[in-house]
Amino acid sequence: MNRAEPLLSVRDLNAWYGESHALHGVNLEVFKGETVTLLGRNGVGKTTTLRAIMGLIRKRTGQITFDGKDLMHLPLHRTAHAGIGYVPEERGIFATLTVDENLILPPVVADGGMSVEEIFELFPNLKERRNSQGTKLSGGEQQMLAMARMLRTGVKVLLLDEPTEGLAPVIVQRIGELLATLKKRGMTILLVEQNFRFASRIADRFYLMEHGKVMAQFPVGELPDRMNLLHDVLGV
Amino acid sequence: MTMIFGIPIQAFLGQLLVGLINGSFYAMLSLGLAIIFGLLRVINFAHGAQYMLGAFVGYLLLAHLGIGYWPALIIAPLIVGIIGIVIERLALARLYDIDPLYGLLFTFGLALVIEGIFRYYFGVSGNPYTVPPLLAGGTNLGFMFLPVYRGFVVVASLIVCLGTWLAIEKTRLGSYLRAATENPRLVQAFGVNVPLLLTLTYGLGSALAGLAGILAAPVYQVSPLMGSNLIIVVFAVVVVGGMGSILGAIVTGYMLGLAEGLTKVFYPEASNIVIFVIMAIVLLVRPAGLFGKDA
Repeated sequence: MNRAEPLLSVRDLNAWYGESHALHGVNLEVFKGETVTLLGRNGVGKTTTLRAIMGLIRKRTGQITFDGKDLMHLPLHRTAHAGIGYVPEERGIFATLTVDENLILPPVVADGGMSVEEIFELFPNLKERRNSQGTKLSGGEQQMLAMARMLRTGVKVLLLDEPTEGLAPVIVQRIGELLATLKKRGMTILLVEQNFRFASRIADRFYLMEHGKVMAQFPVGELPDRMNLLHDVLGV
Repeated sequence: MTMIFGIPIQAFLGQLLVGLINGSFYAMLSLGLAIIFGLLRVINFAHGAQYMLGAFVGYLLLAHLGIGYWPALIIAPLIVGIIGIVIERLALARLYDIDPLYGLLFTFGLALVIEGIFRYYFGVSGNPYTVPPLLAGGTNLGFMFLPVYRGFVVVASLIVCLGTWLAIEKTRLGSYLRAATENPRLVQAFGVNVPLLLTLTYGLGSALAGLAGILAAPVYQVSPLMGSNLIIVVFAVVVVGGMGSILGAIVTGYMLGLAEGLTKVFYPEASNIVIFVIMAIVLLVRPAGLFGKDA
């Protein structure tokens, strides 16, 4: 795939929660191997964008293509098989499943995923607690588990929704290292993040969202020039 | 004669056995209900009709095709399960997105229709189904006489319940089912075909009812009303066990069967209501049920 063809392309995406119109024509592109971050205040539609790409929100219009495939008409369970892994904001660890069971729950959708052993090398504390109930883990461990279980499946892109939310700085740092490792391995990442400092260390490009739309996009190199805009929009 | 609490031990153990037999059916039926409710959030009022269907499939196979008990033990649950799959695809699947009350009303109506059809063709009187020769007769255990078939029912039901529980708790498919019970949308977003899982689960729950039906055929009479007589008690079992709790449904099924049997020994007048009295007490003390998690 050449650089001109995005791996994930979203065109004029509109989405609704019931009658409430949440996305008003979102456009974004993610290229292979890139880490792209959606920035924006609470409620501007970052999570909604991820959920609409995944197909969790069915009331949507526009175009979503991934690896040349049209995702708009796929039933929810086919989206993952196209090669997209989703790590929800609430982490979605299952209480009635052990850590092991949580880890192997998502079906393998393509070759090239990690083995359970490789995953445990990356996440040694999960291995120690593999027989514990999933929700008995700490918040940080649950976040690791939510990410780890997607690495087995062979997905090409990860949609990560606020992986650092509510976690202690030392855990945030650990997650940053993990994302850097994944990136080195060629994983494509679309990240939603409130923690701007965290995002600025790992992202290649940024999309700034406001009122259900993308209002600006820029690569990490332009960050210093954009600080005034970010101050205004994010209040950071 | 040996006495226990002033009652002949034969009578005591006899009623305990009757309780255990009834408990076996309560357990199998409430297990199916709990699995269906857990994943589909549908209170399957057609469960009694599906149990009755299982018994009738066995009865009709024998009466018209000469197919005996053992093949029927496979065929009856299979047919009832397939009918369940068709019901889920055609009707229940269309009701998930609206108020759960519609699923309840639909299955309730369906039960009335199925039972009505069978009453029309077979009347309300029961039809006997003979015990298969291999399991005919009984054994004298020294302290009581045990009909072999009844012993078989208790063992078969224990195997079915234990097997189903293990399949749900220990297998990969079971982990899909447990996860989807917690958060079906997320499991589907991971790439699991949850709509298919729902269909198969309803099929499995229905098949369990069908299996209980064919097991019950030689014990009770095969009659169009056999399901509706039982299903109210089974709902009480599910409530006492805790809605959606698999283990709770199984354990409570046997427990309440035994409680009913014991009541027949000591105070027969109360035996028909003892389960409902227990239900009322449990609801007062532990509204989520004995094995349920507080919401």
